[in-house]
Amino acid sequence: MTESQIETVGFRNQMRARWRAMPREQRAGVSIAATIVAAALLFFVDHALAYAALTLSALYWIHRLPLLPWRLGAQAALVLAFVIAGPRSLAVLLAIAFAVFWIPERRRVWALPVVAIVAAIFYPFFEDKMFTIPVFGVWPDVATGVVMIIFVMMAVGLNIVVGYAGLLDLGYVAFYATGAYTAAFFASQQFAGQKCPTKGVSIDNCTVAAVPKHNFDFGAVGLVPGGGGIHISGWLLLLMAGVVTAIFGIVIGLPTLRLRGDYLAIVTLGFGEILPQIARNGDNFFGTGVNLTNGPNGITPLDSIGFGNSLSSWTGGFLPSNFLTCCKANHLGHQIQSTDVFFWVAIVLLLITVFCSLRLQYSRLGRAWIAIREDETAAAAMGIPLMRTKTWAYASGAFFGGVAGAYYAIFRSATFPGDFFFNISVFILCMVILGGMGNIWGVIVGAAFLAYLNQEGLANTGAWINSNIHFGSWHPNIEPPLYASGIYGVIILVVMLFRPEGLIPSRRRAAELHEGVHDEPLYDATHAGAEA
Amino acid sequence: MTETAAATDGNLLVAEGVRKEFGGLVAVNDVSFTVPRRRVISLIGPNGAGKTTFFNMLTGVYKPTAGSISFLGEDVTGKPPHAITARGIGRTFQNIRLFQNMTALENVMVGMHARMHANLFNSILRTPFVKREEASARARALELLQEVGLRRKAQEAAKNLPYGEQRKLEVARALATEPQLLLLDEPTAGMNPQESAEFTQFVAHHLRDERQLTVLMIEHDMRVVMGVSDRVSVLDYGEKIAEGSPKEVQKNERVIEAYLGKAAVEDMKRQGLS
Repeated sequence: MTESQIETVGFRNQMRARWRAMPREQRAGVSIAATIVAAALLFFVDHALAYAALTLSALYWIHRLPLLPWRLGAQAALVLAFVIAGPRSLAVLLAIAFAVFWIPERRRVWALPVVAIVAAIFYPFFEDKMFTIPVFGVWPDVATGVVMIIFVMMAVGLNIVVGYAGLLDLGYVAFYATGAYTAAFFASQQFAGQKCPTKGVSIDNCTVAAVPKHNFDFGAVGLVPGGGGIHISGWLLLLMAGVVTAIFGIVIGLPTLRLRGDYLAIVTLGFGEILPQIARNGDNFFGTGVNLTNGPNGITPLDSIGFGNSLSSWTGGFLPSNFLTCCKANHLGHQIQSTDVFFWVAIVLLLITVFCSLRLQYSRLGRAWIAIREDETAAAAMGIPLMRTKTWAYASGAFFGGVAGAYYAIFRSATFPGDFFFNISVFILCMVILGGMGNIWGVIVGAAFLAYLNQEGLANTGAWINSNIHFGSWHPNIEPPLYASGIYGVIILVVMLFRPEGLIPSRRRAAELHEGVHDEPLYDATHAGAEA
Repeated sequence: MTETAAATDGNLLVAEGVRKEFGGLVAVNDVSFTVPRRRVISLIGPNGAGKTTFFNMLTGVYKPTAGSISFLGEDVTGKPPHAITARGIGRTFQNIRLFQNMTALENVMVGMHARMHANLFNSILRTPFVKREEASARARALELLQEVGLRRKAQEAAKNLPYGEQRKLEVARALATEPQLLLLDEPTAGMNPQESAEFTQFVAHHLRDERQLTVLMIEHDMRVVMGVSDRVSVLDYGEKIAEGSPKEVQKNERVIEAYLGKAAVEDMKRQGLS
């Protein structure tokens, strides 16, 4: 495995070296020719996109020219021409890209995320005004956006485990499932039970309609009167799900984290398989007759999330009392939907996740994680307790996975065991790998892209291919979502071959992948053996 | 009992009858060993004598098959490496084991792990305590880099440093754990004579005399060993065959035999007689 990796890396470096060895003019010529060919191809697909590609490439080449005073003017003229001629939304996007392009690199670190966040927040308002992307079709709708953000959250969580601490976890879905089921247990009628309203009569001999036996309500919104069951406020539940999952992560971690590398991956894989099976067979929990998870039927409906009536009226309806039934307000020509509110809250949750992840990365603990990733033996010799530090990585990763799972369950108002199969673990791992292990920005981009493909992208692409590509009278009829796993596999394969550090890698991780990690487990043991 | 003994002897580390077997192979055979305070002790011996294995037992990488190790009067036999580091034993490795892709500064700061107290929660909140701790750790790390002469390479990735500087960085990282006993495993391996001489000075003057550290080192370079050691112990086939001042050890028959073979000893005897 490692040998083949080295070889492909060598191939990549060779190609790169050959590219660099070419004279500059030749390189520029090749790039420009490639751009023109690409634009010509795009022209058949969509005129606007071809123009956009040409404009972007022209902007780039002008930017590299040494004649500074004319540069900005030329670029501005190009963008302006595009704004007048092209589709408005694309032009605006181009203008923003152009603006970001001109921010000095030092500030771009901050400017890019800020622009992205602002764009994301206003996305529901301009989503329907966006141009049609060729092949991929319309821009993702807001509901897709929510799911994308949830998956990004999970990927950021997994990145703590895999990217920072270097613990290959193939069972991350277990955390996701734990969070979702925690939410489902405490915000549904699952544990309502039944009793006979007549006193002293057991449910079997009851002649009138049964009523719920248990009823516990703590700040939940949108309850069915008399429904019974446990209902805890959604906000508290998100936190609870995170904490429960983190504890679960510690419980799984304590026995497994003693293992290294592949062994850890296999054991986590096992846990990732066990949990969905428990959920699936949990309607008769270990044969005790206890209905814990409602089996394959899943738990549905779940309570929605909301700020409650008093908080809502106190803020003049700004904070909706119940996300599911909310929102009649009309702002900026857009009627606010309940998915929009879910979307904004998802953004807030993601921001919190990213914030925590970044803070952890640059802390005592973050340094220890990276040290463990690079060389466990040396890390231990520097006073880092391996088990405890790894367990913290596991617990923090699990926490965010749990919160994401809970939010997903609340958003869909349901949770089914079928959502938690092995392919989800791999899917999330793919996101981390695609984006760039260890780099949070890369992971965000990778996760958003893959989640989009999974939700809408593949289906749209299929529809486009079916309606636009034909050979004579033969029309293809393909459904890419059916080949989803294969397509992700190919994506990962290509990324591993040509850019093993991911799309936006962390500098450090890239170095490790190209030169190999220094960690040779128990080097001293082999050495001592050889010595004697 | 050991506790009082250690306290009165001024011995920092006491190993009694330490033994390590790998399967049927006895790597270290009932070695008893003491390390007095503020001394430079060298551990020498031919290849495969079990020196590194012995080191690994002192630092908790291996659990001894038998015997006990006590440090500062406390039994540390079989304690995990991080616990031993926390008690005050720092080490470097024979084959340099820096965190290659971290900067020199980060490497040293990792060494401070056991002396810092920030946890998951206050790190996320970045409380004033954490901020202060990070700042002082950073300042301290820069000081340590200054001590070993790498201040200007603080932001350089460890793997980009030349070999000799990587060795120095390893020492700085080990010093960052605030050890009382510093274990150096072949610290001058791969250094040129000039660098070795500098290093000898550094160990004798800076570490022992100024910082008042105790240093236990495995070393092959006899100039270094003879120049800096207060005491030399010799291991051969896992057994301690000699111990004493550099001069004494140099003359010890068994040591010469171990290094040069029996014939050499007889040869020397003949020469001595004639």
